[in-house]
Amino acid sequence: MTIEEAGLIYRTTSEIRGPILMVEGIKDVSYDELVRIRRSTGEEVTGSVLDVSRDWAMVQCFGDTSGMDLNVTIRFTGEALKIPISEELIGRVFSGSFKPLDHMPAPLSTDLRDVNGGTINPAARDVPSEFIQTGLSAIDGMNSLVRGQKLPIFSESGLSHNMMAAQIARQATIPGREEEFAIVFGAMGIKNEEAEFFREEFEKTGALSKSVMILNLANDPPIERIVTPRITQTIAEYLAFDLGMHVLVILTDMTNYAEALRTISIAREEIPTRKGYPGYLYSDLATIYERAGRIQGRPGSVTLMPILTMPAGDMTHPVPDLTGYITEGQLILQRELALRGIYPPMNPLPSLSRLMKDGIGAETTREDHADVANQLYLAYGEGTRARGLVRIVGEVGLSERERTWLRFAERFENEFVKQGPYENRSIEQTLDIAWNLLSMLPEDDLIRVRESYIKKYHPAYKSER
Amino acid sequence: MGEIVRLSEETAYIQCYEVTSGIRPGEPVIDTGTPLVAELGPGIMSTIVDGVQRSETRLWELTGPFVTRGTNIIPLDREKAWPFKAKVKAGDKVVGGDILGIVQETPSFEHRVMVPPDKTGTIKSIKSGEFKVEEIIGELETAEGVVDLRMMQTWPVRHSRPIEEKLPLEKPLITGQRVIDTFFPVAKGGACAIPGGFGTGKTVTLQQISKWSDADVIILIGCGERGNEMADVVTHFPQLEDPKSGRRLMERTVIVANVSNMPVSAREASIYMGVTLAEFYRDMGYDVAVMADSTSRWAEALRDISGRLEEIPAEAGFPAYLSDRIAQIYERAGRIVTLGSERRVGSVTILGAVSPPGGDFSEPVTTHTLRYIGTFWALDAELAYRRHFPAINWLRSFTRYMDIASRWWSQLDPAWEGVRAQALRLLGEASEIEETARIIGEKALPDEQRLILLLAEMLREGFLMQNAYHEVDTYCEAEKQAALMKVIIDFYDHVEPLIRKGIPIEKVRDMGVVTELLRLKERKGLEPIEEVRGLMREQTDQLAKEYEVAV
Repeated sequence: MTIEEAGLIYRTTSEIRGPILMVEGIKDVSYDELVRIRRSTGEEVTGSVLDVSRDWAMVQCFGDTSGMDLNVTIRFTGEALKIPISEELIGRVFSGSFKPLDHMPAPLSTDLRDVNGGTINPAARDVPSEFIQTGLSAIDGMNSLVRGQKLPIFSESGLSHNMMAAQIARQATIPGREEEFAIVFGAMGIKNEEAEFFREEFEKTGALSKSVMILNLANDPPIERIVTPRITQTIAEYLAFDLGMHVLVILTDMTNYAEALRTISIAREEIPTRKGYPGYLYSDLATIYERAGRIQGRPGSVTLMPILTMPAGDMTHPVPDLTGYITEGQLILQRELALRGIYPPMNPLPSLSRLMKDGIGAETTREDHADVANQLYLAYGEGTRARGLVRIVGEVGLSERERTWLRFAERFENEFVKQGPYENRSIEQTLDIAWNLLSMLPEDDLIRVRESYIKKYHPAYKSER
Repeated sequence: MGEIVRLSEETAYIQCYEVTSGIRPGEPVIDTGTPLVAELGPGIMSTIVDGVQRSETRLWELTGPFVTRGTNIIPLDREKAWPFKAKVKAGDKVVGGDILGIVQETPSFEHRVMVPPDKTGTIKSIKSGEFKVEEIIGELETAEGVVDLRMMQTWPVRHSRPIEEKLPLEKPLITGQRVIDTFFPVAKGGACAIPGGFGTGKTVTLQQISKWSDADVIILIGCGERGNEMADVVTHFPQLEDPKSGRRLMERTVIVANVSNMPVSAREASIYMGVTLAEFYRDMGYDVAVMADSTSRWAEALRDISGRLEEIPAEAGFPAYLSDRIAQIYERAGRIVTLGSERRVGSVTILGAVSPPGGDFSEPVTTHTLRYIGTFWALDAELAYRRHFPAINWLRSFTRYMDIASRWWSQLDPAWEGVRAQALRLLGEASEIEETARIIGEKALPDEQRLILLLAEMLREGFLMQNAYHEVDTYCEAEKQAALMKVIIDFYDHVEPLIRKGIPIEKVRDMGVVTELLRLKERKGLEPIEEVRGLMREQTDQLAKEYEVAV
């Protein structure tokens, strides 16, 4: 240890309570600063200051505290957690606390970045408006993603969210420009095989050479998950706003992150709100999610796709609920669709992309896109309602019109939503499938589509020409 | 920058408005001796400021695209000179609130420079010309001696500005949104809450109102919301035209933006800051509308600070005084006579979005808010899923300003009240019939009831639903709203006797005019409505004839 990195060293830990250490008799320690904790065995883990008073500090430890005794050496470094940043990070794999996992040396750089980042000034933000074609009809057609958006996938355990995220990562492109995305992948508490799946998927398509992976797996220390998404976002910000790359960030699984936050909160004896989560969960999630976006005068962008599993499929659970209030929409996967063999099992009705309106239209996708999407919503909504009715009165009890809606819903799920995990549809293909389905409805029922578009795109008129 | 939130004999508890990481015990704290104040004067209009009134555009120029701590920005630009035109002359007796003169702040906004509320006396001197906000524009002889007059004044944000008297509310705020203006209007000077889970369209609704409502000044408070939304407003408002004046919307708008990843405590201040700015413009004699998006984030900031002060929590961790604080804010709305010797009337309308956890309206912020407001727009996730926007549920929403609105609408169209009542009645009946239909199927219902279902569907699709992104439909003037509702109800009155005579509902539904009626909202002006009315007569008459022949 050199003198420069010595900082202030204490051996005055008075209490260890779960992931929290109380250190006494300290001087000149600042709020939120980085701490290095060394066990008598020489093993070192990092932590950060949660609370500080004149003579004591509360430290959260990002590593495992079991077996730790009060004789640990605590070194206050005097600065917040920073990571060395450079172009060399591309193609690398790190642990959740930024240790190399790929048998390569630790990265070196004089450019150190605070993982907490800064707040993008709202006046300096650029409105995200470039349509991203993911090749998935349910997304492109009805819940379009744009560059700089944060769009989470709300899923349940056992559904194919990973497959879907990998497919998006593989296929995402701006139509007509064929630029690829750099991928920054942050994993929190996922299983090793899931991480392997992503690594293989990226490797297969060569995306690995344009990606950075930060992996905190299920058997890694849970508290480390507090910093994992922040490291991920710091790297993404650097690639986007310093190097001008278009970055797609995948964070999975945010529910595990929130649980780590809850563990800390409970250990601190804070007043819990819903389901034991702290009252600041919204603000805390915002400090991660809001780092996505575009900045005026900078070429790159950070597009964020967090994945979270809703415990018991409950969308009102605090984590999906607060996420939905921060992100610009949500993609919702449902077991019911998965059971019927539909991949991706995404229900477009409760899904939403708030920024879709800015990204679609004559210049980017096609002029009829918005109207067609609206019409599909209406028709599929009516179809699912008719399906509910069938359960009670049987198909004979339906009116002719309701029966048409019902048939529409069936075909919609099987032809529009359903597609192969390696099937990459262009936006034209997606819209053509949509028109094909809409043509089974009477023309008078297509009230959400402008008449001029019906004349131009409806298959009945198209074949005439 | 911070503010004292609790004081005991030796200790002051300070909430800090900026990031606190890296701060350590022993840091110096400087007491400014003044509460958190807003600087009021020309130079606020069309700007975007944070919760403590720092210009975010200036902040960007100074520190780059990321907000850094400790950048001191004085709210009003001290260097910019404004053309001041005096409206009083030496020797005039003035009281607090009187207008000294005007500054054309933006092409469509006239800024009225007022005597500070606590000053009374005789004008000793006054000058017109180019002045900076801190320069002396004149002198006032008061009982306590001569005071310098400047264009800038300050006001503590947590106190409401003084008024002469409160007036009863008189006019509805016309927003160009059909479901709001026709069914659940808010009065100018009233208060309104708009709760809804995520994705139900709170923000879009508030943005639509800030775009199209007939208020003179709009204060848009983004409290703990998305950064991209603020960017959207800043980008699009300067391009949009006010339907009244034809001027750019940004010229009458002030944005207070404290996004979700900015320090929580500044969120708490941002609502007070916005309302204080609104009161300042109200005192000039304007109708001001404040959009607070979202008050739940503000309440969460209160909870956060309360928790750190180790206060005993009441419901869901919120402090026991939550209800009082909500009341204090909504009570600053109102239609008033301003201070001053001439009788000037202004109003502040407050529209607050509420983001209830899990979309559950029984949580504390929603329930307390409902006690202090006059209009309630209940946003419905089911409607939002079907992309029925604005997703305002017509059965659960209410307004206490109906008599005010009725008076106003009746001047426009004497039949309006009856038509509206019938529309609401049909919508209510339809929802009951739907309950039955859910059990026995629509086909099994008598045709009279199926007609009500058809009409409710037409009202939903053709009237209540409004596409914010359709070039015509985004704004619907009052005359068109009245005519549109009337023609749909007329349709019911026309076909109802036919159904009773035994004409099957399918025949009615298949009439071409049904689709025409639904498409009316996309067509400009009133003539298409009259055209379709003619078409409706033709087609129903023909249907009746066909039927008689068949019999």
